[in-house]
Amino acid sequence: MNALLQDALSELLARIQPALTVVRDGQRGAGAGISLGNGWVLTNQHVVRGGPVQVILENGEAVDARVVARDPDVDLALLEIPRSDLPAAVLAVKLPQPGEMVFALGHPWGERNFLTAGVLSAFSTARNRQGEFKVLRSDARLAPGNSGGPLLNAAGEVIGINAMIVGGDQSVAIPVTVMREFLQKAGVEVLAEAVR
Amino acid sequence: MSNILVDLSNAFAAAVETAGKSTVLVNARRRMPATGIAYAADLVLTADHAVERDEDLSVVLFDGSEIPAKLAGRDPGNDLALLRLERPAATPATPAAEARIGQLVLALGRPSTDGVEASLGVVSAVGGPVRTPRGLIERYLRTDTTPYPGFSGGPLVDAEGHVVGINTSFGRGMPFTIPAEAAWRVAEQLALHGSIKRGYLGIRSQPVEVPEAGKKALNREQATGLLVIGVENDSPAGQGGLIVGDILVGLNGHPVADHDELFAHLSGAVVGKTVPVEVLRGGQPHTLQVTIGEAPGAEGHHHHGHGRGK
Repeated sequence: MNALLQDALSELLARIQPALTVVRDGQRGAGAGISLGNGWVLTNQHVVRGGPVQVILENGEAVDARVVARDPDVDLALLEIPRSDLPAAVLAVKLPQPGEMVFALGHPWGERNFLTAGVLSAFSTARNRQGEFKVLRSDARLAPGNSGGPLLNAAGEVIGINAMIVGGDQSVAIPVTVMREFLQKAGVEVLAEAVR
Repeated sequence: MSNILVDLSNAFAAAVETAGKSTVLVNARRRMPATGIAYAADLVLTADHAVERDEDLSVVLFDGSEIPAKLAGRDPGNDLALLRLERPAATPATPAAEARIGQLVLALGRPSTDGVEASLGVVSAVGGPVRTPRGLIERYLRTDTTPYPGFSGGPLVDAEGHVVGINTSFGRGMPFTIPAEAAWRVAEQLALHGSIKRGYLGIRSQPVEVPEAGKKALNREQATGLLVIGVENDSPAGQGGLIVGDILVGLNGHPVADHDELFAHLSGAVVGKTVPVEVLRGGQPHTLQVTIGEAPGAEGHHHHGHGRGK
């Protein structure tokens, strides 16, 4: 049973890692980004506030990226890179329930491809100029560098984008539902299929 | 995609859903609400430190219904309090078997009406007895779950949603979990008496090393016991046959190595019962039958909870 559990976790990691990138904007520090296929990379808006944006792939190659869309209200930004063959992460079709296992991947303090685990603790309410929206709160540990990285369910599907750390031990992620709305607005049609 | 990881995740979510039905919001303090767990349909266990007032209490059930409640009793020593609901509307929780170190557990809370909240961890340590500013905890669990604000008084549950313990902090940010078995015993006593009865033996004693011959005779690793240096007239101990010079080494089947352990085993349901008291007399083990008395001044209120008299 332990071996099966380990295999399942290794498989989850093996599937997501090629889609995980580092995102830099010429400022100090870096965030993470998720490849959605066809050259699209999703990250946090606050990760790409600075200068020219670069995306670093799993093999260490750095490519220039163009910011296609950004929405500070939901802290999301869509990048385009000249690598349409980069594997895509799978987006979850539904939100998790409290208690479901979650896995966060990112680069906390610059540590590449760092995995933390926990459970979905609750849905919290975040406010922006448009009104209120639900965010995911989990007990998986995050640190600076996790921003823009995926929060995954046990099946390895993206349920959110890690966005911030509240009070040290509470992590907040933008849910996949908000990601989809943002992508739709940005006109990324290819995703509608990947999502389904 | 279905695999063992997904199954485990689903089991956790199901455990949260199951135990979440017994996990209630507790309105009993000025700041944010605390959490409670249904011991019976009309009785809710919560953290004593989270019950800052004796009146105008209520709980909110998983379905959002708010039920007025009264204080049934307090056990400050274990930081537990029992609330009696106006009507039997809660879903009683199921206590689990004894927790083991390394066991996967979830801490649950209902600090708001938005729904149950959860945090995952493992049982990090099992300890006790330990003295706290408010009394003595017989046994406690420590976990690495995240103690979110408002989780005090909520349950620690296993992967089946059975209650392993009650999470508390003594209001000092030091997370502790009272094991379910102890918490359920406390709830039973509080429901009956409104307080925890403290037992009375009527001896003066001091800790001493158990002589080598005594250890052999006991046939167990017990380094210390309590040397009886005084027995009160007509006391439970005197009537049971304890005499000065005996080394008390066990009570009601539990080894007694020091005063904390004696105190821990002298409270609750044992009061009023005749139990075996194990002593070394002249190096030889003897078992005496002693009817445990009730410590004066600890009878509490029988029908109303008593405040802490701040």
